Amino acid sequence: MEKKKITEILKEKFPEKIKEISSRFGDETVAIERDFLRGLCVFLMKEPYAYSMLLDLTCVDYMGDDLRFEMVYHLFSISSNERVRIKVRLSDKDLNIQSLTPLWKNANWLEREVYDMFGVRFEGHPYLVRLFMYDGFEGHPLRKDYPLRKRQPIIPMRKKE
Amino acid sequence: MSGGWFTTKLNYVIGWGRKFSLFHYPFITACCGMEYMSTACAHWDFDRFGCGLTTFSPRQADLIMVVGTISQKEAPVLKTIYEQMCEPKWVLAVGACTVSGGIYDNYAVVQGIDNIIPVDVYVPGCPPRPETFLDAIVKLQEKIQNQEQEFRWKRRK
Repeated sequence: MEKKKITEILKEKFPEKIKEISSRFGDETVAIERDFLRGLCVFLMKEPYAYSMLLDLTCVDYMGDDLRFEMVYHLFSISSNERVRIKVRLSDKDLNIQSLTPLWKNANWLEREVYDMFGVRFEGHPYLVRLFMYDGFEGHPLRKDYPLRKRQPIIPMRKKE
Repeated sequence: MSGGWFTTKLNYVIGWGRKFSLFHYPFITACCGMEYMSTACAHWDFDRFGCGLTTFSPRQADLIMVVGTISQKEAPVLKTIYEQMCEPKWVLAVGACTVSGGIYDNYAVVQGIDNIIPVDVYVPGCPPRPETFLDAIVKLQEKIQNQEQEFRWKRRK
C-alpha cells in the first residue's frame, strides 16, 4: 500500500481549515486560513509527522489581488525526509499574522526580514524591528509599489566635479 | 607646470618617491576581493610596482582600494575611513559595483563611490582581470608623477 501524503491527511483531519491542497512537481502544498497557522504548525511538529525544522519563511507580493500578500512556510521532517509548504494569503488592510518564534527560534530573524521588506506584522514576536535596512528608512523595499530608483542615503551624496 | 628649475625638479623627485611607495589600504567588501588577492600575491604581484605594503590601518595608508559593492549602510563607514587617511591620499575604485553600482541598481547600493569620496582611477570589469588592476596602478603612478605635489613646508601663492 502506498503511503498517504501529508496534504491528504491534513485535508481529512481539518476539512474546514484547509483551503486547498496541491502537489505540483512533488511539492506538497497546503493553503490555509490565517488563524490556523500556529495550530497547524504545532500539529505538524509533533510525532508521528515530526516536521520539526523550519527551513524558510518568506512572503510574496501579488499586487492587484484582493489578498495581496502571501506568506510561505517550508517545513522539513528529519525522520521521514519529507517537506511540506504552507501558504497563507493576507489582506493589505489587515496585514498581520501569528508569529512562529515561540515554536522555532530561527523564525525570529526570518520574520524580522519579512517585516523589514514587506511590512507584515507578526503577533507575538519578541522584537519586531527592521533587520537589514537602517533606522529612518521609509517604506518596505521589496513591495512591488516601492519605486525602483528611490534612494534613501544615510549621508548626503557629494556633488561631482 | 610653472616654476623655476629647482621647483620642478623637487616636484619630480617627490612624485618619483611617492609613486613607488604606495602603502595601500584594501577596503574589500565583495567578490572583486578575489582579484585583489591574486593581484597582490605571487602570480601577478603588484609589489613589482612598489605597491606591496598592505596596511590595515587607514592612518598609515596613501592609497585606498575600494573593492566591491558599497551599500548605503556602509557609505558612512567608507567616508570616515577616507577622512582618517593622511594627505596625500589617492583612491582606486575597483569593479563595476564600486564605479557605478554595477548590476545593483536598487534601494540598497550606492551608485558609484564618487557619490561619497573623490576617485582618482576607475577600474572597470565584473570582476576586473588582474592585468586591468596592474594597469590601473601604472596609470595612478603616472598621475602621481605628473601632479603638483603638496608638502608641509611648501610656499603657497
